[in-house]
Amino acid sequence: MVPLSWYILLGVVLFVIGAAGVLLRRNILVVLMSLELLLNSVNINFIAFGRYYADFRGQIFAIFVIATTAAEVAVALGILVALVRNKATLKVDDVTVMKG
Amino acid sequence: MDQGFFLLFAAVSVITALTVVLARNPVHSALALMACFLQVSAIFVLLGAPLLAVIQIFVYVGAIMVLFLFVIMMIDVREAVLQRFLPGGNLPALVLLVLLGVEMLVLVLWSDRFSATEPAAIRGGDEIRELSTALFADYLLPFEVASVILLAALVGAIVLARKEPG
Repeated sequence: MVPLSWYILLGVVLFVIGAAGVLLRRNILVVLMSLELLLNSVNINFIAFGRYYADFRGQIFAIFVIATTAAEVAVALGILVALVRNKATLKVDDVTVMKG
Repeated sequence: MDQGFFLLFAAVSVITALTVVLARNPVHSALALMACFLQVSAIFVLLGAPLLAVIQIFVYVGAIMVLFLFVIMMIDVREAVLQRFLPGGNLPALVLLVLLGVEMLVLVLWSDRFSATEPAAIRGGDEIRELSTALFADYLLPFEVASVILLAALVGAIVLARKEPG
């Protein structure tokens, strides 16, 4: 069988790659996709721990994470469409209207 | 056998995840992310969670990535393709990332709590039936809250993306 630490290490690697995408890329679309990658690595951890400690709550939490992710993506892409309609840019650095 | 499959899926998922971050064209990123989600759902099957694997494919590959591709089609990405990949002066973020990765790796490899090689004994019986009983009995309130969140997101996305009247 596969040791538990392998799944955890896969989660760590995917998390670091996703964080690199969020922090280093300047394209809004790629930043959003990297966020999906982050949430997926967390899901792997949830399900791996749930499996190795014989607990259903890992899978239940993963289901809620997926539902929340779907809501987040819908709202984020709606905001993105409204943003591009008002200001034709896809760079994170150009969107400083709210002085963030 | 299991280890071989895990290594295969993990290697492909890491490679496609790197492609997501490194690709210049957002369309290539989206397609690589789709491949990555498929690998992750295969890993869910290895973990004995077939329901989650199916949900992963339906929700991520079927809904979220199609939404991404629709938005990419609506938006002109040609300008985004031309921009520089890594703007300079991002050293703090890079250092932070390296620190984060090294810290997590050291913690996972040092700790002996993650050394379990066998899953705990599976309770006999229909696993999906038990899972859905837990979901709809013990976690009914969070389930309803999640549905309200989805409804709010639906309405919010429609309102945000609509053309303003006048």
